[in-house]
This record gives sequence, structure tokens and C-alpha cells, in this order.
Amino acid sequence: MSKEKMKAYWKENLKYLAILLSVWFLVSYVFGIFLVEQLNTIKFAGFKLGFWFAQQGSMYVFVILIVVYVKLMNKLDKKYGVDE
Amino acid sequence: MGILTWTWILVGITFTLYIGIAIWARAGTSKEFYVAGGGVPPILNGMATAADWMSAASFISLAGIVSFTGYDGAVYLMGWTGGYVLLALLLAPYLRKFGKFTVPDFIGDRYYSNTARVVAVIAALIVSFTYVAGQMRGVGIVFSRYLEVDIDTGVYIGMAIVLFYAVLGGMKGITYTQVAQYCVLIFAFMVPAIFISFQMTGNPIPQLGFGSAGEDGIYLLDKLDGLQRELGFTEYTSGSKSMIDVFAITFALMVGTAGLPHVIVRFFTVPKVKDARVSAGWALFFIAILYTTVPAVAVFARTNLIETVSNKNYSELPQWVSNWEKTGLLKYEDKNEDGIVQYVADKSVNELTIDRDIMVLANPEIANLPNWVVALVGAGGLAAALSTAAGLLLVIASSISHDLIKKIINPKITEKSELWAARLSAAVAVVVAGYFGIHPPGFVAAVVALAFGLAAASFFPAIILGIFDKRMNKEGAITGMIIGLSLMVWYMLKFKFGIFDGGKGAVAGLKADWWFNFGAGGISPEGFGTIAMLANFVVSVIVSRFTPAPPQEVQDIVEHIRIPSGAGEASSH
Repeated sequence: MSKEKMKAYWKENLKYLAILLSVWFLVSYVFGIFLVEQLNTIKFAGFKLGFWFAQQGSMYVFVILIVVYVKLMNKLDKKYGVDE
Repeated sequence: MGILTWTWILVGITFTLYIGIAIWARAGTSKEFYVAGGGVPPILNGMATAADWMSAASFISLAGIVSFTGYDGAVYLMGWTGGYVLLALLLAPYLRKFGKFTVPDFIGDRYYSNTARVVAVIAALIVSFTYVAGQMRGVGIVFSRYLEVDIDTGVYIGMAIVLFYAVLGGMKGITYTQVAQYCVLIFAFMVPAIFISFQMTGNPIPQLGFGSAGEDGIYLLDKLDGLQRELGFTEYTSGSKSMIDVFAITFALMVGTAGLPHVIVRFFTVPKVKDARVSAGWALFFIAILYTTVPAVAVFARTNLIETVSNKNYSELPQWVSNWEKTGLLKYEDKNEDGIVQYVADKSVNELTIDRDIMVLANPEIANLPNWVVALVGAGGLAAALSTAAGLLLVIASSISHDLIKKIINPKITEKSELWAARLSAAVAVVVAGYFGIHPPGFVAAVVALAFGLAAASFFPAIILGIFDKRMNKEGAITGMIIGLSLMVWYMLKFKFGIFDGGKGAVAGLKADWWFNFGAGGISPEGFGTIAMLANFVVSVIVSRFTPAPPQEVQDIVEHIRIPSGAGEASSH
């Protein structure tokens, strides 16, 4: 693999990481911790929203994030011909 | 049939299963011993990782902690799951591509230095030993409650079982027993949760159930908030920790999870880089099944508990209360001698003290579930404790036989002798762990939570920088690890053990001195791993920029691990 191609691959990889980790930070730290009181004023079913993010929602999103990451990377690997 | 008979039957069946698997999957080579030959399918590795990860603490203690701390319990829920996102995105694929056996292997090779390797081995041993002692204790407690043997005998039985399959099977044996243990523990956790959810809310899915309303039409969480307020406790859905501390603890646990050697090493066992990513996803999926159920169980247990005991006549309390009184984990003291249980936040009036560890174990009894369900929980607790203990013992064994003996002391050791050295180290490690299980030093329980801070402060930055910063050199990484680790240990000794201020008694008084106190309270020792980790990062980067760049071949290694293809098999060379 050429140097330029490898650089481009790595750059795209880092871009994905930045996006996915921003979501990771948003659902757990922003929704579940920093804004918990504000979100708690919103209710759905028996849950206060902030509490729900802290004890349920963030974990669902974590699982989804890894699934999305796997899909994105498999596609990226194919694009650069580094898949197995 | 009684609970005791059921427990013997279920424990007997599951233990026979574990031993059978261990015999079938015994290791023939050192590669099989360390990384199961590198041929574990990703979904099975995900299951094994989940069992490895979920210890007696997750199974037995977590729901109890959440139950008693309400919202604040979220630090553990998010902290112990969010780390897998970091693991999947930032570590697992690259370390798999690197293709060695252990974490110190990576640190030693990437930083072209045996000093770095030794620092990593020491950190791995400290983290793993503190952790494993807690597991053996957990085994002892479950045995003593369910099989009515004393705790020490319980620890011996646990030791014998783990010794058998860890020594014989190595990683290969452990992996396949962990798959079975996952199935046992998740079944044991979910069955009572589903029963209780249905009983209390009519919804069999606990994750939805605790957001529903009970028979009286009031949402369960609102009802619980009300009960808590009445008795003077903090509302269940709001916390009492400072926001900065909640943030710091959650972050330290996440990063610590991603830095724990016994978790990382599991990703060396799959065939390809692609599989490492997928298998981290499966691991989190299997973990999340239990972790999203925990907050529901916590709410059910808390509500049930308050409704059963609060302002009730002591003589009319159900059977389970006296069962647990016998163990000393639940105490009633009739302070105002009215024969009625006052369970309130005010310590001078409160008459009932409950060890929060009993919540999961007592839950099926509190909810009047059939005996086999109660027994099942015991078998599940044992599966959780044993699987984690085995994973940790393997890390200890490979740190000694591979990282120390093979890589530093005697590189010429033959394959066969190395395998025997690994087996012997595993055996010694079991005995040491068992000793701590029987004679738990007072600090074990406290230190298990801090093991995450230690892992965060030492391994995480060194590994991340090793992958994402090509310029990172040995000077930077070693200084960073030592500073991070020492800072963490110092903070722990000062604020958790009060070593510098006259011992344990001083700890409570020092709370006001916690760092980063902006009025609402500072960062606890549990959360300090976040700060120590940041210090490690900053020091590493600064030092590395003033010292020579790593040699070309090391920079080539970094380029190499960033590209997934051609991972080949894990090898020792």
C-alpha cells in the first residue's frame, strides 16, 4: 500500500472515530450527567429523561455505536483494499 | 424441594459442565494456553469476554449499589459499559493486528524497552491481584449462604475448581468454560428479574417494566421517589454526589475498563482484526443485557424492601428477614422499643441496617419466587465469580511465564518448559488469591474499585499514545506511566486510607480537601484515575517532544498496526 493511500485511510478512520466518540460523550456525559436536571423535567412513560439516559439510554447507544463502527470500518477496509 | 437441595443440584450440574469443557478444551501449546490458539469465533469470544468482565461484583453487588444510591449508581452502569466503546474503537483492532500475547508484550515492544515491559508487568500484577482476591471472597460468600458451609470451605472449593480448569486448559479452557458460565449467569439473573417485573408491573421486560405503573396506576419511579422522600432519603431519581465527581468516576471507570489487561487480552484470541471489532460489539451486547436489567432490578428491590419492612410489626416480617439476620448482613435494633420497624434516613432513629450486597441474592425471596429460582441465583453468582477469577489468573500466569521468564529472564526457554512455567504460575496465583480470599486484608474491597483508577492511570495512555502518536518514545511513555501510577497511589493512600494524616479515622475529615473542589465537593479517590490519566498523557507528550524520536523500525510497527490486513496469527516473535 502506498504512503498516500495509507495516510488517506488513516485520516478517514480518525474522522469516524471523532464522530462516533462525540456521540459517545454526548449521550453519557452531556445527557446523563451535565444536563441531567434539565432533561429530568421532560418525562416519557414513567421515566425522567435525564435519569433514563444515565441508567438506560446511554448503554443502548453504546451498543449501537460499536455496530455502526464495525459497518463503517468494513466498508472503509474494502474501499482501500485492506480487508481480509 | 428446598432451596438447599435445589442449590446442590444446580451447582453440581454446572460445575460438572465446567470441568467437562475444561477437559475437552485443554491446551497443548503455549499459544493455546495464552490466546486459545487465536481461533475463537467472535461471537463466542464476545460471550467469554462478557463472563470474564462481569464479576461477582456485577452480579451480586451492582444492583444493590444502584438500589441504595439511585441516580448516582449510573456511574457504574455507564462506566462499566462505556469503556467497551473505547476498547472497540481505540484499542482492540490495533492490538489484535500487533499480534502478541499480553499487554506488557505490546508496551515492551512498542517502547523498545525492557524497563517499560517491567513497569507494565508490575502494573498488570497489582491490578489483577487486587481484583482476583475480591472474586475468591465472592465465591466464599455465595457458598456459605447457599450451601451452608463456612466461607473458608467455600473458598477452598472455588480454588480447586479454578485451579483445575485454568491450569489444565489455559486460555482455551477458560474461554469455553466462560461461554458456558455466561449462559448460566445471564439465565440466573434474568429469570428472577422477569418474574418480578411481571409481578409488579405486568410487563415481563424489566427494562420497560420499571418505567411502567403498578396495579395502583402510579408510575413505579414516582412511587419510589415519594417513599424515599417520606423516609427522609434523597429522591431515587436524583443523586447526592457532586457533578464533577460523578463525571470523574464515570470517566475513570470507562478508561480503566479499556485498560484492564484481562479484558484486553481477550481480543488477542480472535483470528482477524475485523473479528476483534465485531467481538467487542458482541461483548458489549451480552454485557448490556445484564447491565440494562440492573437498574430495573434495583428499583423493584428497593420498592419491595421499603413496602415490606417500613413501619411493619417486627414479629410479622417474612421468613427471609430472619434468614438474612442469621448471616449478620441484616440487623434490626428496636431503638424506641415499639416493636415496629423504623427504616429512615436519620441514623439516630433508623432501626434497620441492610448490607446492600444482599439485595440481588435476597430479591427472589423478597418477591416470593419458587425455590429453584432462588437456587439459580446462587449458581449464577458462582459462575460470575469463577469466570472472572479464571481470566485474571491467566493474566497473572502469563505475566510471569511469558513477560518475565520468556522475555526477560530466560529467552531461550523451550516451548514445553514455558507451558509448564505458565501452569505453575497459574497454580501459585490460585493459592495466593485463595489466601487473600480467606484472610481478606481490610483494604481489598476498597481497592477493587481503585484497580480501575490504577489501570486508567498507567496502561490506557501508554497504549493509546503507542497507537495514535507515532512520535511517542520510551522516555515519554515510561515517565508518564510512573507519574500517573504514583499520583494515583498517593491520592489513594492520602484520601482513602488516611496514611499521611493518622490512618483510617482521618479519612472522613479529609473529604473537604479533595482536589478540584469548586464549592460543591471535589473528586473522590475512585474518580481520581481520570486526573492521574490526564497527568500521564500530558507528561508523556511533553517528555517525548524533548527526547529522541523512536527508531525507524518502531515507527514502522505503528504504521503496520494501523492497517488491518495481514494480521496473521498471534505469535511470540
